[in-house]
Amino acid sequence: MATETPITDSSTAAGPNGSARTAGPGRRRIGSGVLTLFTWLVALVFFLPVLWMVLSSFKQEADASSNPPTFFFVPTLDQYSEVLASGVGSYFLNSIIATAISTLFVLVLAVPAAYAVSIRPVEKTQDVLFFFISTRMLPVVAVIVPIYVIAGRLGVLDNIWTLVFLYTAMNLPLAVWMMRSFFQEVPREVLEAAQMDGASLLTTMQRILLPMVAPGVAATALLCVIFAWNEFFLALILTAVNAATVPVMIVSNMTSEGLFLAKLSAASVLASLPVIIAGWIAQKQLVRGLSMGAIK
Amino acid sequence: MRIPRRHPARAPQARTVRSTIPRWTALISAAALLLSGCGSPEASGEPITVAIVANPQMQDAISLKEKFRAEHPDVDVRFVSLPENEARAKITASVATGGGEFDVVMISNYETSMWAANGWITNLQPYIDQTQGYDDQDFISSIKSALSYQGNMYSVPFYGESSFLVYNKELFEKAGITMPARPTWAQVQEMAARLDDSANGVSGICLRGLAGWGEVMAPLTTAMNTYGGGWFNQQWHPLLTSPKTQQAVTEYVDLVRNYGEPGPATAGYGDCLTLYSQGQAAMWYDATAMVSSVEDPASSKVAGKNGYAPAPVMDTKASGWLYSWSLAIPSTSEHKDAAWKFVSWMTDKDYIKLVGNQIGWERVPPGSRYSTYQIPEYRKISEAYARPTLAAMNAATQENTMVHPVPYQGIQFVAIPEFQDLGTRVGQQISAAIAGQISVEEALRQSQAYAEDVATVYQREDGK
Repeated sequence: MATETPITDSSTAAGPNGSARTAGPGRRRIGSGVLTLFTWLVALVFFLPVLWMVLSSFKQEADASSNPPTFFFVPTLDQYSEVLASGVGSYFLNSIIATAISTLFVLVLAVPAAYAVSIRPVEKTQDVLFFFISTRMLPVVAVIVPIYVIAGRLGVLDNIWTLVFLYTAMNLPLAVWMMRSFFQEVPREVLEAAQMDGASLLTTMQRILLPMVAPGVAATALLCVIFAWNEFFLALILTAVNAATVPVMIVSNMTSEGLFLAKLSAASVLASLPVIIAGWIAQKQLVRGLSMGAIK
Repeated sequence: MRIPRRHPARAPQARTVRSTIPRWTALISAAALLLSGCGSPEASGEPITVAIVANPQMQDAISLKEKFRAEHPDVDVRFVSLPENEARAKITASVATGGGEFDVVMISNYETSMWAANGWITNLQPYIDQTQGYDDQDFISSIKSALSYQGNMYSVPFYGESSFLVYNKELFEKAGITMPARPTWAQVQEMAARLDDSANGVSGICLRGLAGWGEVMAPLTTAMNTYGGGWFNQQWHPLLTSPKTQQAVTEYVDLVRNYGEPGPATAGYGDCLTLYSQGQAAMWYDATAMVSSVEDPASSKVAGKNGYAPAPVMDTKASGWLYSWSLAIPSTSEHKDAAWKFVSWMTDKDYIKLVGNQIGWERVPPGSRYSTYQIPEYRKISEAYARPTLAAMNAATQENTMVHPVPYQGIQFVAIPEFQDLGTRVGQQISAAIAGQISVEEALRQSQAYAEDVATVYQREDGK
């Protein structure tokens, strides 16, 4: 069976008995050392801006915008207390609602849709898939005025459900495509076996398919959460006081006159935390899902 | 087969999936409940929503909200505060399409006359006339006329600014240079050449070079105006390749390239503020609003060491721009009376005193009212810059700062809707010339082509 090939491959690659090392010990060790060093360097380059943001959030404004940059300073929590005192609760609540509910809606809609286009394709499935993804090709700025006018006429400006609806629509095509690729990896024999055992469509979905594609669902959900949480443009234009989300709160700490880097960094750190936590949780799910899969 | 064996092993997880469904439902219900709670805050009174630009003086107004509330318990005011570009995009989208989210918006003299002509904002004159003690004759006259349309005020100023030349007196003394009472661009060039000390990290002058109609194009347009060039002549023919404009732009670009700050093509107001405040520039030509930062000992190393000279001139007796952040009431507002209560509170003489007493006299919004400059406490702290600021504001009219009459409103901008885009695209060309990527001639030739596209519409309207 196809499942056996990766096992053989992985055992060779892992080289548990050290046979791989004996082939070319010195050169390989240097090569892997260089690679590790390079990986660390790349990781450091990507991590530096984040580190700088965290450091700046503990500085006073004058230190944060000094030139040359200040590396040694007396840390302060002033910026955090200032950001928290300006009332960030409603922004976080709005973001959590918009993100959680839109992600839930996306999954509820995308999973059956992806099932249909991958497991039971019909004649025009490819066209349908292309139509889905084509909705992502138009830049949001090109449709913002019609969206704004329609929302205004419907009286749903500054309403969190408008964002929930738009974020669902925004993430749905991507989720369908992602889930489709996961469903395609499920062998048909498994589904046929379930059918032979008399399982209904719902049972097959619940007991066979979903557990098998759980890592895919987690990955898709995480991506939807990140996109919805970070979305700025629609939130900026369509909300005011009742439905403003965290990214809108972050920019409200910027000003064209005066210093703002430290306060902005503190707001950004606070805004990043939920996504980092969500990523961490999903990562665990992903790993568990992968290790539990019998097919992969 | 393996499948039937896996089936029961998966069963517990399937149960988990099922059992999470009620949990999700509960979460959504809880969120919806919370949401319905945050949609209607406990504060009572007629709700008004105010959209403002997140500058320090506006943040002060938000912090004084309770004072307004104490005077007007029947009005519940809520703020949306965003940085300039985001605020402008959002307010324009809302007002232009009649979105109606806002009862009060902060706009500038760029928008006021255009929006008044479109009927997007309310005529405030009847409100002003009916409000006792609200002295509109006290508004600085150049600002008042910039915010009026057909003789009526459509927005009222919160603060105003012009531009002037700040210089570091210590560096001037050391170099043995005296700033002329009314410097010309040629003199500025000469002084910058003598003061430029790259070895010690001091530039002769700091000038904006960052692309954008509100960045490099603001100071540069004042230079173009005083040289006798500009954007358009009376017949809407673009003047960007005219010899006078070319001379102004060439000298500005040469000045900033030779004696200006490092990396001038990306330097904006904020960069020059940092450099000048750190003592790394001998002169800086920019907004009069700079004083609150330049004279603040907490963030500026040159506080108390500065002299202020009028904006450099060439063929006019004065130069400098005029800009004001002001408050207007969109026509779509359903709470106009309550909105006016707030607008009149935030732009009244008493508000200036309130800020002075509660927050500090250095934080007072300047450049809106003559009476501000009569307050003893404010006069004391603003001794070095109050008079030059007021003089710059008074001089900032088209008649004083331009050689030829123009068919539009505005000094450092052309008050037409297309200007934001045109100004930014021309700014990109100028920035490229400052960076040395293209010549000034090339930049202006391309800019002229952009301006011709825009001008066609207005030439046609004129022809009708």
